[in-house]
Amino acid sequence: MREERAPGSWRTTITVLRKDLLLELRGLETVPAMVLFALATLVVFHFGLNRDTVDGQLAAGVLTATLLFAAMLGINRLFVAEREQGGFDAFLLAPVDRSALLVAKALALFVFLAVLEVIAVPAFGLLLLGTSLGPPLLGLIAMLLLGDVALAVIGTLVSAIAVHTRARDLIGPIIGLPLLMPALIALARGIGPLLAVHGSSWPPARWVLILALYDVVFALLAYAVFDFLLED
Amino acid sequence: MTTYGRGLRGLALATVATITVAFALVFFYAPLDADQGFIQKIFYLHVPLAITALCGFVFGGLLGAMHLRTGDRRWDIRSYVAIHMALIFGIGTLITGGIWAKASWGHWWVWSDPTLTSFLIVLLLFCTYQPLRFSIEDSERQARYASVFAVIAGAFVPLNFIAVRLAQAYVHPRVLTLTGGNLPGAMRLTFLVSLVGMALLYVTLWKYEMAAKSTRMQVRALRRALLGDDGVAPLKRSAAPS
Amino acid sequence: MDPPPAIELRGLVRRFGERTVLRDVSASVPAGATLAVLGRNGAGKSTLLRILATLLRPHAGEVRVLGEALPARAFAVRARLGLLGHDPLLYRDLSGRENLTYHARLHGVAIARVEDVLEAVGMRERADEPVRLLSRGMVQRLAVCRVILHRPSVLLLDEPLANLDPAATQLVAPLIGRASGATRILTSHDPQAALAEADLVLGLEGGRAAFLTEPGRVDREAVGRLYA
Repeated sequence: MREERAPGSWRTTITVLRKDLLLELRGLETVPAMVLFALATLVVFHFGLNRDTVDGQLAAGVLTATLLFAAMLGINRLFVAEREQGGFDAFLLAPVDRSALLVAKALALFVFLAVLEVIAVPAFGLLLLGTSLGPPLLGLIAMLLLGDVALAVIGTLVSAIAVHTRARDLIGPIIGLPLLMPALIALARGIGPLLAVHGSSWPPARWVLILALYDVVFALLAYAVFDFLLED
Repeated sequence: MTTYGRGLRGLALATVATITVAFALVFFYAPLDADQGFIQKIFYLHVPLAITALCGFVFGGLLGAMHLRTGDRRWDIRSYVAIHMALIFGIGTLITGGIWAKASWGHWWVWSDPTLTSFLIVLLLFCTYQPLRFSIEDSERQARYASVFAVIAGAFVPLNFIAVRLAQAYVHPRVLTLTGGNLPGAMRLTFLVSLVGMALLYVTLWKYEMAAKSTRMQVRALRRALLGDDGVAPLKRSAAPS
Repeated sequence: MDPPPAIELRGLVRRFGERTVLRDVSASVPAGATLAVLGRNGAGKSTLLRILATLLRPHAGEVRVLGEALPARAFAVRARLGLLGHDPLLYRDLSGRENLTYHARLHGVAIARVEDVLEAVGMRERADEPVRLLSRGMVQRLAVCRVILHRPSVLLLDEPLANLDPAATQLVAPLIGRASGATRILTSHDPQAALAEADLVLGLEGGRAAFLTEPGRVDREAVGRLYA
């Protein structure tokens, strides 16, 4: 008699997430690359804009673009180990819910983005931002977390689509960027007032709502279609 | 295979008739716009093109969803043709939009028009549909991934419009809305006839390409049945479903 | 009444695009028996194994594994199935133990079982080294661990003994050999070795079943033709 039972969806998600975080800790490939890329992008903005400090909407744009570029690196690498080292087959051979892979990958990407921001946002504050990060910090964190959900969901989805194509490094970003546009608009416009001189401490409600709506709609959509990307 | 050719002739004639009437109305019936003058007439081409293209994208998404639901590959072909046609209409929209913007505002591109900007984003997204298909060799996987894309991108269309519209203040006076709700009567009638004509044109072209595709596939299947697998040249790598 | 066969194929068809890789393949394997699949590269052996492993969908015909129809009941089949292919399906940057723990969790197997299977293939001492540092033979031993971790009753073995030295073969053979008691589907680059282990032999040629018979009755010429 088998006393073992197929693990539930949530346990599978945790199992895959643990494996992904362990792999990242062992390899230290993705997150350090994202951080370095973000820092280099800030330097490019300093010279490109020829400004020592930025604030307001300009600062929000610089921060959003920097985080987006760095996120793209993580998105491109998200499923590489699965494709190259048989992870897809190994997962598909197990008696588990396939959507757990989507959720686990999105959570892993979310963690990567959060770690990136823990370093890149203070660095942005030190290097370029003309105002203080202190007063609007809570609102900024809330907006960034909502933005991370959007990046994680869309990133996982386009990465899962791109990984099985021939031009995988190109397909992911070209689909991902336009898809992310509403979220990026909301993120940049939402944090713009936070980074202004004597700015507000909380983002305008409509941008919070749009970003949250975007997160919910695309999380559900991605969940609904993900199984079709795993079948053979 | 459904016979897509059926009714095509009648539909084509209706399309030609409607578009002819629409053009007659545009040039001889609709009044000149008080501010913009003659160039405003491009509105009767531009806006119906845009609406048809957007509806075509959403239509392609629904057809893609049907493919995922049923696993029947014919839905993928329908979805492909719907998106393919909508893309052509979409490029037409951008060109006519640019001309209109240049004539009335002096620039080929105006960021402050939220509809135009949203449209650009949607078009950028759908422009990746063909490269995506082309880079997947296995035809079954290509069909499935393309349908996933169609569903996501179809749902993206309305959401994107909401976000962009909220992001931009209306700096330029907008005499017209998409529904034509606040148009004077003569303009409104002309607009509606133009819209119907453009929609008919889309449906005709969709059916026409479907008929061509399904005929080509039937011929191929017959050749394979007659000559065997080796008697038919293998398909070339393609973005189009087969 | 005979017990139902562990694996049953009826008129199985699989295409890739316009190319038909398996056409009208039928076979029936009783529980506990071993089926050797012979054929040259591209004959459809791996495709057949991947369909049985629930990784590919059949396009026509009936496939039953342990009485469950595929692909509808794939979920129920996966828990009782082990696939050992060319790819070990192990992460190179993780150690053997970490890899196996991951698979144990995915299959809902007690983590203590990982130590048992490592012991069985003599890999306990090297179990904490990253897989990328191990020799191919050792990786294959870990792959065997992965396959038997959840005690599958059907084993799909694609050249299982490739890369193993004689000593390792001795260790591994009882785990995935006849003594495992599992129903086995076996392919091998060496038809003689496969014939020696099999109860049934399926010859595949261009995706079609050229013959299906017992090893004693296999026509040597027919086998020669498969590889010609």
